[in-house]
Amino acid sequence: MATEHAAQAPSAGEYIVHHLTHLNNTGERQANVVDWSIVNYDTLFYSLGLGILTVFLLWLAARKATSGVPGRFQGGVEMLVEMVADQAKGIIHSAESRRFVAPLALTVFVWIFFMNAMDLLPVDLLPTLWQQATHNPHAYMRVVPTADLSATLGMSIGVLLLCVYYNIKIKGAAGWAHELFTAPFGAHPALWPVNFLMQIIEFLAKTISHGMRLFGNMYAGELVFMLIALMGGAWAVSTSGVLLAIGHVLAGTAWAIFHILIILLQAFIFMMLTLVYIGQAHEEH
Amino acid sequence: MNLTATLFLQLIVFLILGGFTMKYVWPPIVKALDERAKKIADGLAAADKAKSDLALADRKAVEELRAAREKAGEIRANAERQASEKIDDARAEAAHIIAQAREAAQAEAGVAAQRAREALRDQVALLAVAGAEKILRREINQKVHTDLLANLKQELQ
Repeated sequence: MATEHAAQAPSAGEYIVHHLTHLNNTGERQANVVDWSIVNYDTLFYSLGLGILTVFLLWLAARKATSGVPGRFQGGVEMLVEMVADQAKGIIHSAESRRFVAPLALTVFVWIFFMNAMDLLPVDLLPTLWQQATHNPHAYMRVVPTADLSATLGMSIGVLLLCVYYNIKIKGAAGWAHELFTAPFGAHPALWPVNFLMQIIEFLAKTISHGMRLFGNMYAGELVFMLIALMGGAWAVSTSGVLLAIGHVLAGTAWAIFHILIILLQAFIFMMLTLVYIGQAHEEH
Repeated sequence: MNLTATLFLQLIVFLILGGFTMKYVWPPIVKALDERAKKIADGLAAADKAKSDLALADRKAVEELRAAREKAGEIRANAERQASEKIDDARAEAAHIIAQAREAAQAEAGVAAQRAREALRDQVALLAVAGAEKILRREINQKVHTDLLANLKQELQ
């Protein structure tokens, strides 16, 4: 980064903003907070690529799965499968629903872990390579799909849609409508609007917090990596630069090690909440 | 923190990946896991069964050994008994034969003695008669003396 940006000498603010700007179909920085005409190519590329890698790896293990003695790779995937299957069994009591939800949870766990793990790559590595490949020193690229709110909310809304689907499937449209108006406070007609409002708020809160939690953790993690990179980058222009370089190494190492925990934990939390929310759709109030 | 149409695409990818895993990844792995669990359970059950079979066989072997030993002892006792019985029988038969022989010999000896005695008596009687004849040659009435001699003969018997 130091060499790349030394010529233009961007300020710290410019550096951060540049790194937080997506490669999208407009080629420019998104002006409005919500703009449905924009598609982030980088998020899509990395999430799709890692998604395909995820299912490919899982498929590799599944293709050779035998009941004999498993190899290390198969054993590892089997441990994951058993872990997810156990969790799913404890949370969702319908075996019929588990046939889709448990594999979904497994995919989500591995996929989100891979997407989060992109954070552990040096923050400038892929963007710099991209800038050199396109011969455009200002080309944007973000490599952590889960640090894009669109991606995380996309997945949490997917979970919401599944909740709606299973609510209707398990309780019937009428049964679910009845629940929407009579739970949690009671069946009295005067309470119907309150109940309904509470239910809508609950669904909104669940979905938004589900997506926001992952996004927030990854976004913050990415930001910290950028600040650490900035500290190292200041080496070139500062007299006390050597100390900053040492600080970069120490802080970068510490944060990366700590981040291993976060990426795994956030992937696990997202998976568990997926199971829990879909499990709630199966329970009568 | 921006929302874009990426959201919808991500949503679709999310569901497609879940569907792929459901169809191609989950079932074979879970099947393999279940099969292996069953294999292990079967193996453990077989091991348990083999163990109990072995214990049973051991017990049976010990029992058979004991039965065989008992039977051998019985056979030996029987043989000994039979042998001693045979010896006793033989001894008894031998004693019987000896007794019979002795009896026969005694009887024969008795008959011979009797015969000898009778012959002797006859001869003594004849001798006595001859003697008496010589003594009493002169006696006129031989008839009276014949009776007398018959009486004497009777007495000698």
